[in-house]
Amino acid sequence: MIVIRDLSKAYKTANNTLTALNKLNLTIKRGDIFGIIGFSGAGKSTLVRCMNRLEEPDAGSILIGDTVITDLNDKELRLARRKIGMIFQQFNLLDGKTVFHNVAFPLKVAGYGKAAIKRRVREVLEMVQLSDKEDAYPSQLSGGQKQRVGIARALANEPDVLLCDEATSALDPQTTYSILELLQEINKKLGLTVVLITHELDVLQHICNHVAVIEKGTIVETGTVDKFFLAPESDTARRFVNIVEHYRQKRYVVEGAGSGI
Amino acid sequence: MRDDLLELLWEGLRQTLYMLVWSSVFAIILGLILGITLVVTEKGNVLEARFIHKIVSFIINGVRSLPFIILIVLLLPVARWVVGTSLGPTAAIVSLSIGAAPFLGRIVESALKEVVIGKIEAAKSFGASPFDIIFRVLIPEALPALVRSLTIAVIAITELTAVAGAIGAGGLGSLAIRFGYQRFREDIMIATVVVIILLVQTLQWTGDWIARSINKRRYKQE
Ligand SMILES: Nc1ncnc2c1ncn2[C@@H]1O[C@H](COP(=O)(O)OP(=O)(O)O)[C@@H](O)[C@H]1O
Ligand SMILES: [Mg+2]
Repeated sequence: MIVIRDLSKAYKTANNTLTALNKLNLTIKRGDIFGIIGFSGAGKSTLVRCMNRLEEPDAGSILIGDTVITDLNDKELRLARRKIGMIFQQFNLLDGKTVFHNVAFPLKVAGYGKAAIKRRVREVLEMVQLSDKEDAYPSQLSGGQKQRVGIARALANEPDVLLCDEATSALDPQTTYSILELLQEINKKLGLTVVLITHELDVLQHICNHVAVIEKGTIVETGTVDKFFLAPESDTARRFVNIVEHYRQKRYVVEGAGSGI
Repeated sequence: MRDDLLELLWEGLRQTLYMLVWSSVFAIILGLILGITLVVTEKGNVLEARFIHKIVSFIINGVRSLPFIILIVLLLPVARWVVGTSLGPTAAIVSLSIGAAPFLGRIVESALKEVVIGKIEAAKSFGASPFDIIFRVLIPEALPALVRSLTIAVIAITELTAVAGAIGAGGLGSLAIRFGYQRFREDIMIATVVVIILLVQTLQWTGDWIARSINKRRYKQE
């Protein structure tokens, strides 16, 4: 379970202060695939980066499992982070390391021995269907394959939570689906909680069970994905759903015209 | 051409190489320490400490703003203290190392800064320590750029050995001045210039080759 209480974060720039998160509250159930959706600049990335404290919150608390993340000192935080995997839009693999060594890196950091590392790396690479790419360098992989390596790396230390910040936004639709399916499969198989940041409804619709809508640094609506589509309450949610409706109707008109010829 | 030419050249080259190798080793070590410190203590980096960053940066700028020939003179007491003499190639190594270190610090800094912040964040996200990040992310990821930068630095140190040579450190630089210039030995002047050019070329080729083979391995196409 993840419980976020009154989380605030502001960025100070040269001449003003920008509130990115404003007393945000959120609860995510264990084992859920939880989507966080919002327009650009709403504070999605800041929120997810506060969860593993890549960004330091100004105020509020974050509980993940039985650990109060916001109370940890540097060393405790590093230990806690092993159990919070993260994947990124730009993958952030190390170009100088092979797929094997990219995935082995978190295990080395955690102090595992050579044999244990080898076993675990092979295991997770099989999980993401990249066993045959062990010796390849990231530059030799497609975007989808790179993200699979990212996922394998995030899973290496058997985390309880997987944070995904726009993990599919750099990928084409086809590849996006295959990555989403992989995430779903992993969620089922390992029972880990997946927190998915996105601005794409497709992603939400495809794999999420629950969703929170974020706007100006606060959550304006939470509930099941079905409710989000069928009975959106917040303005932001309605805007999202309307965009899709609008698009569907347009496509209907175009297709209708086409079939008449 | 006279028969002492080869002997003089050989002696000069030997002293130059001696100064070059050791100055490079020490300057690279100092430069890596300075460059890494600059990067990791910067705002938002893994060991943020803006005060230390400012101090190091200030010292580097200070030393770099002095002309090398003045720096040598200023460092003479240091050389005497470290190696017991302020004359000859060994004393020059002290001045060369300290004189070149700030320049190296800056180019190491700029090579390390090429590593995108996302890679560092990814390492942080799975619990990597600042030590892990410096030695397993920053340096290996910047390696091709580092090799190219260090090549430039070693070549710059070659030039500095010649300057040091002019004020008594020995080596090819002093050979050119003492014989080529002061005793009008044109053969020595030309031979020295040729040897220095060959030396610099060899250094450049070696650096390029190392950087290229690292890149070839990382970015080979299948
Ligand atoms: N490092 C930063 N410095 C200053 N402002 C930032 C920084 N990161 C984010 N912001 C600002 O905070 C707000 C929220 O950003 P972000 O969390 O990235 O939104 P999202 O991911 O939803 O697009 C935006 O207005 C953004 O400009
Ligand atoms: Mg974002």
